[in-house]
Amino acid sequence: MTYIQERPPTYTQEKPPLAESVDQLRARIPGWGVDLDPKDRPSVPKLRRIEGLTHAHWDFPQRQPEKWPRERSVEHKFLTPVFGTACPPRGVSGAMRRYAYKYSEGRAAHWVILLAADRVDAWENHLRSLATTHPDNPVTETGVLSEFGHRGISSRLGKKRADLPHHVLDPVIVAGPWILAARVAYVGVRAAWKRRH
Amino acid sequence: MQAMVYRGPYKVRVEEKDIPPIEHPNDAIVRVKLAAICGSDLHLYHGMMPDTRVGMTFGHEFIGVVEQIGPSVQELKVGDRVMVPFNIFCGTCWYCARGLYSNCHNVNPNATAVGGIYGYSHTCGGYDGGQSQYVRVPFADVGPSVIPAWMDDEDAVLLTDALPTGYFGAQLGDIVEGDVVVVFGAGPVGLFAAKSAWLMGAGRVIVIDHLQYRLEKARTFAHAETYNFTEYDDIVVHMKKITDHLGADVAIDAVGAEADGNFVQHVSSSQLKLQGGSPVALNWAIDSVRKGATISVMGAYGPLFSAVKFGDAMNKGLTLRMNQCPVKRQWPRLFEHIRNGYLKPSDIVTHRIPLEHITEGYHIFSAKLDECIKPLVVPSAA
Ligand SMILES: NC(=O)c1ccc[n+]([C@@H]2O[C@H](COP(=O)([O-])OP(=O)(O)OC[C@H]3O[C@@H](n4cnc5c(N)ncnc54)[C@H](O)[C@@H]3O)[C@@H](O)[C@H]2O)c1
Ligand SMILES: [Zn+2]
Ligand SMILES: [Zn+2]
Repeated sequence: MTYIQERPPTYTQEKPPLAESVDQLRARIPGWGVDLDPKDRPSVPKLRRIEGLTHAHWDFPQRQPEKWPRERSVEHKFLTPVFGTACPPRGVSGAMRRYAYKYSEGRAAHWVILLAADRVDAWENHLRSLATTHPDNPVTETGVLSEFGHRGISSRLGKKRADLPHHVLDPVIVAGPWILAARVAYVGVRAAWKRRH
Repeated sequence: MQAMVYRGPYKVRVEEKDIPPIEHPNDAIVRVKLAAICGSDLHLYHGMMPDTRVGMTFGHEFIGVVEQIGPSVQELKVGDRVMVPFNIFCGTCWYCARGLYSNCHNVNPNATAVGGIYGYSHTCGGYDGGQSQYVRVPFADVGPSVIPAWMDDEDAVLLTDALPTGYFGAQLGDIVEGDVVVVFGAGPVGLFAAKSAWLMGAGRVIVIDHLQYRLEKARTFAHAETYNFTEYDDIVVHMKKITDHLGADVAIDAVGAEADGNFVQHVSSSQLKLQGGSPVALNWAIDSVRKGATISVMGAYGPLFSAVKFGDAMNKGLTLRMNQCPVKRQWPRLFEHIRNGYLKPSDIVTHRIPLEHITEGYHIFSAKLDECIKPLVVPSAA
């Protein structure tokens, strides 16, 4: 019986050697090691109070006026002094969102209802837009036309990309509901017409 | 004014909106000169982030000129050329007093699990963002800085998120001299993380992705050794083979919620929204580092659960560190590194898109067409 006399580094005390020495690295890479000292990096120290870190001139900020009942996490003591005012909740999605905020961030219900409200919101707005001079247009709004001027085919073909299988799904996800909605509308209108005649 | 507006998953357009008003005495209104689209915007664009409302303007990377200031603003004046970190923060809460600007407690009523971010859904505070001609900037005395005269606009806009995030990611890796560092993802964040790892003394920097043109950039821009994961049967085994079966000392996840490489993981998160994010890259990181290693997670995940391999992380004694980047804390050092010529952030910019054509910009960046790495957005002067 023969014993293998190999002492591979990882299975003994030594760390596998590096291919390049520090001098070689310094010569090859601009700035190699300028932040070598772990204690002299900008995010150190962590969780220690640092005086005069910012130019804030308040202890607790003044409060921004609340112009409508602003939804907030039940994990907060009160409405934060400053907040965004981008899109006040409205319609069915708005009611769903207000309801979701009854659950803490620790509850899946909070996030699942919010995600569902997002889908409802999109449809509410697509429908609303049909009554405006600027209706939603799934072709121009998805930017798919850029496939033509921006190498849609050559960016993908023969490139060993891992994301191609689900690129195929994207149009289905975007166009699918529109086709479904058009079909439902068509069937509905036809049924109503038949009933009349 | 013109602004990018979200219309539902995969759909955005440019609309005419009112110029935002001052809503708080320390607000400023900034006229945007240059903005960018970030990998994080793709999570919103694909409808993955809960409470992303139709009508919202995205954009958390922007620079511009101060147009108007609230009555309590002292540090800025109208006409100043400013860069604005992607975090909105008050400067005095428990977190801000300790430099954790990305975790500010006074700016996001919608959630306690994340701070305030411009144009990043209501879950991050409901603020409109900077892919627009004008934007409201809260806490103008705290967040923005006047751009140094020597710095050009493209470098400045990359300092509002992508570069500091990559640099912060390398710091959370706790790199010591000679460490083998593997970066998953060769997007803007991954490229900057790889580059920063060298500054902290890494002995070897490896970058993994599946987009060849980005791996090429990782070699030239970040001096890294690269591997395309589609060329290997099992990238974890390959990582072991090239590190004498020890594994890397540090891994950085610069991919996040929409990781590819596992169809079920990807589709269940990105398309079906059944989990917070696809943790393919994070799981590869957990399995390909050595025992006792540190993993720095810069990739963003949604607030729902994700199928992460915590068992392996525990059994291997790993340290997992992560956060949204506290951007402004990184600035003084990064300014020095840029001045010294160690970093040239704008080298990764591939596209400069007029705001009017931002719809195409989103599609090109999302579908990774045209060798896109970093698209900038240029509003027309109002
Ligand atoms: N923590 C923060 O403060 C912060 C800030 C900015 C961005 N981010 C997050 O960082 C991530 C990257 O941002 P970006 O702008 O570079 O985005 P990006 O989309 O340009 O880059 C992601 C890269 O990962 C690659 N990739 C996909 N699956 C992979 C896998 N399994 N293994 C290796 N690579 C894979 C993609 O091909 C792509 O090149 C995003 O999740 C973004 O949300 C976090
Ligand atoms: Zn970002
Ligand atoms: Zn704060």
